[in-house]
Amino acid sequence: MNTVGTELPPRVFHLNRELLKRYADASGDQNPIHQDEDFALSVGLPNVIAHGMLTMALVGKYISDFAGGSAKVLEFGARFIKPVIVPAGQEVDLTVTATISDITDGKISLTLSATSADVKVLGMAKAVILQ
Amino acid sequence: MLNPDSVGSTFAGTEPIIVSQSEVDAFCAVIGEADTSIAPPTFTIRITLTQFEEILTRPEIGLDWSRLVHGDQKFEIFSPIKPGDELTCSATIESYRVAAGNEIVTVRSDLYRTSQLAISAWSTLVVRA
Repeated sequence: MNTVGTELPPRVFHLNRELLKRYADASGDQNPIHQDEDFALSVGLPNVIAHGMLTMALVGKYISDFAGGSAKVLEFGARFIKPVIVPAGQEVDLTVTATISDITDGKISLTLSATSADVKVLGMAKAVILQ
Repeated sequence: MLNPDSVGSTFAGTEPIIVSQSEVDAFCAVIGEADTSIAPPTFTIRITLTQFEEILTRPEIGLDWSRLVHGDQKFEIFSPIKPGDELTCSATIESYRVAAGNEIVTVRSDLYRTSQLAISAWSTLVVRA
């Protein structure tokens, strides 16, 4: 039963360099900070970082799965507060959880949390779905 | 620097865009979505960021795309996008400020399917000093 305050089960997504390359091709965002370690270091980043929109796409998948399909997602927003750092040859976690914050007029509002290596990567992450 | 006179203005995007099944398939595959009959909620960033780059870097607007960082993103979906949809895009520069030398621009994109608004999306873009 969905009630306000219910915490949804967490889900862990895994990111690696190969996924970043696939997302770059799928999204058209070929910024080298998401693929080229030398370039990322040259602009002061700690390593290659995931596209913020890849993080958001994975959280979007979490939302769609809870909602019962992409067609039920009405609103989704987030702030990019920290990068997801993806070193070569490693699988990096992205842990997503959510709490039901409101249920009104057939719509469910979710407050979402996304962390990687125990660091919060999205802020103000919220979604509204059809009940 | 962004031309402050452009704030509040709406700019038409490029030619209508037809969403292909293969591009929805590729996006779905990355996130593990099995249902490829509907585009995932964030799919249209593929369209809008390209349109923003084309519009915001026009000489009369003047944004420097090379030092851009994505600050936040929001979608309101009135009608989900499906493969085969023909979409037109407009971009409105909603706000602009400079803080500690960083330029902070909020742009709204509206995607229309046969003149019906399908998705509005807000992107806050930060051009680093």
